[in-house]
Amino acid sequence: MADFEVPELKEYPVIPHIQEGTMAHSKPFVAKEQFQEPLGFPGELVDNWQQVAYDKMEELTGKYRSLAVFLDSCVKCGACTDKCHYYLGTSDPKNMPVARQDLFRKVYRRKFTFAGKYFPKLVGAVDLTKDVLDDWYSYFHQCSQCRRCSVFCPYGIDTAEISMAAREVMDSIGVGQKYCNEIIAKVYKIGNNLGLPQPALVDTLEGLEEDIEDDTGVKVRLPVDEKGADILVVTPSADFFAEPHVDGLMGYAKVFHEAGVSWTLSSHASEAANFGMFIGSYENMRKVSLRIREAALDLGVKRIIFGECGHAWRVAYSFLNTLAGPFDFLDPKYPVPMHIMEFTYDLIQRGALTLDKSANDDMVLTYHDSCNVARASRMGPKPGGQFILPREVIKASCNHFYDMPQDTIHEATYCCGGGGGLLTDDLMELRVKGALPRMEALKYVVEKHGVTHMAAICAICKSQFAKVMPYYGFQMDSIVSVHQLVSNAIVLGNKQ
Amino acid sequence: MPFLTIVYALLFYVATALLVVGLASKIRQYAKTPAPLKIPTTPAPVTRTGVVMRMFRELVFFESLFKSNKWIWIFGWMFHYGMFLVLARHLRYFTDPVWTWVDLIQPFGMYAAFAMSAGLLGLWARRILVDRVRYISALSDHLMLALLFAIAGTGLMMDYVTHTDIVAVKAFFRGLMVFSWQPLPQDPVLLIHLALVAILMIIFPISKLLHAPGVFFSPTRNQVDNPREKRHLSAWAAELEK
Repeated sequence: MADFEVPELKEYPVIPHIQEGTMAHSKPFVAKEQFQEPLGFPGELVDNWQQVAYDKMEELTGKYRSLAVFLDSCVKCGACTDKCHYYLGTSDPKNMPVARQDLFRKVYRRKFTFAGKYFPKLVGAVDLTKDVLDDWYSYFHQCSQCRRCSVFCPYGIDTAEISMAAREVMDSIGVGQKYCNEIIAKVYKIGNNLGLPQPALVDTLEGLEEDIEDDTGVKVRLPVDEKGADILVVTPSADFFAEPHVDGLMGYAKVFHEAGVSWTLSSHASEAANFGMFIGSYENMRKVSLRIREAALDLGVKRIIFGECGHAWRVAYSFLNTLAGPFDFLDPKYPVPMHIMEFTYDLIQRGALTLDKSANDDMVLTYHDSCNVARASRMGPKPGGQFILPREVIKASCNHFYDMPQDTIHEATYCCGGGGGLLTDDLMELRVKGALPRMEALKYVVEKHGVTHMAAICAICKSQFAKVMPYYGFQMDSIVSVHQLVSNAIVLGNKQ
Repeated sequence: MPFLTIVYALLFYVATALLVVGLASKIRQYAKTPAPLKIPTTPAPVTRTGVVMRMFRELVFFESLFKSNKWIWIFGWMFHYGMFLVLARHLRYFTDPVWTWVDLIQPFGMYAAFAMSAGLLGLWARRILVDRVRYISALSDHLMLALLFAIAGTGLMMDYVTHTDIVAVKAFFRGLMVFSWQPLPQDPVLLIHLALVAILMIIFPISKLLHAPGVFFSPTRNQVDNPREKRHLSAWAAELEK
């Protein structure tokens, strides 16, 4: 099935010994000119790229306190060395968070610190040569920006910040990644990552309405571009037709139907994902975010709710107010934005939904905390709500739920292996190997509790697992959306 | 005035100046650099008070390191708090009369010196024995441990092997503080101890020891988790809105 060795699932997680260079060949396709220029980046490697890169590094360390502090503060204690799923899955030492940071740090030291300028050998400082740039391109595209290392670092050093900066430096010299940059360009042109134009979107949603009616006999609407609706729903475009995403979307529609609220999708902001974050570009992230503000103003909604998407929820929860606020034109009674999980959880708490748990009796479930939701956002008023709300919604929708081992969930959750702009076929080996720790944790509950399905609330996680689970002997449809469970269990037309 | 006294007096003036100016300029840089986005590692406190508590646990108990790796945690904690007590104990050489609490901790300061040394050796052993940590160690990482261990070792030697005229040492440092130079005892162990301390002070602001001020400025730890409630906007980001 694969032209690389799929790691073996062990009984107990083992920290591998380092094997240098095992993933040096892993590189995503480089973006061509047509994908670079819409984002404001040069189309190919610029002539004086070294100097441009240094200037960009200086600019970024002056613009981001995180970067300035993180580059200086690492003491090489080693606490992070066994925390990255890509290291655990590949044994390549450059996938240890500190070593990945050091690819950037050693150039920073050489150019911008006293020790690196005058004693480069002593502190391991080097110039940004072509070889170093190649290493950057390879290994900064082996970081899913999941922030697991940051949880365990005594100074909170977040490798995601450094890989974002490195990608921005590379973009600025004309070495962008095709997958991310092509997608961002598509959002600018059409409105979503998949390049799904408005008529196709309308068609798709009508088809889903028919499916729900065929299935339940109830007319549940999936409106788009309806002016005057109360709620704008922004969801990852994968929800429109990928499996199991689409089952989640139908779940949201049923929940809104039961709540009796008026809502709409927008064809202008038909994408919750914001790949501007993955490439570390504030400007591009802002430009993508502003589409949501424009849609909200244009449609005259009172609230904004986000669908199931991990990094999108990070951008929405943590950054949207900064990037596209203030949202003083929306109803101040509700947080801006809200997560669909907060909306559904609230209805369940108020007894406003009738859920027949037995509808999901064919499944024994576990839940995968998506990295960006777990470590870069919140749900509800209390810290840690992002762990509680999805689990409560799942438990309200099914009879059989078991958590995976403690050191693989909540804030210690493992990335699916495909986040951070790596969900592309040209990185399949990395994606499969990076999923190892999650697959081991899943295997544990499969054997111990007979778990059959894993629920998630992230479009990337769902696509990634559907693709890589078969490599480890799991069914591709054993990954489900949380609102798919709600969709199965919800009894329509019960509450009037 | 003995030549060595002049050298050491000048050395400590220079070292102190470099330490203070270097650290101040780094702290100023960190404080002035904006944090344009809310990036606390969540779950994070939702109030300022909560953040103060988080930072307190981080600084006093090394909370994140405890979650991460118990060996690094125990060695790191022994080293840092051992050194902290040892430094506090050294205040007796700079105060007259000696503050009461400094008097009270004198006996503990001795144990602390052993704890500090043991912690350093533990960290060093990991750096050599664990392949992952060996891979990420540069020469400077080993030298830093060597320097700290040598400082602790020469300090302990003066207690257990070869005493120096501690009253004269105190007079030397008290003298430095008021620019009235007093002769420094010429014991080799003392001279080595002091020279190494001066080196440590000089390299502090240009080395990884910057983690000390850095930890206070780490946005993943010191930010309040309230992006929906309160709009966070840096000056350069606000420019984009114009």
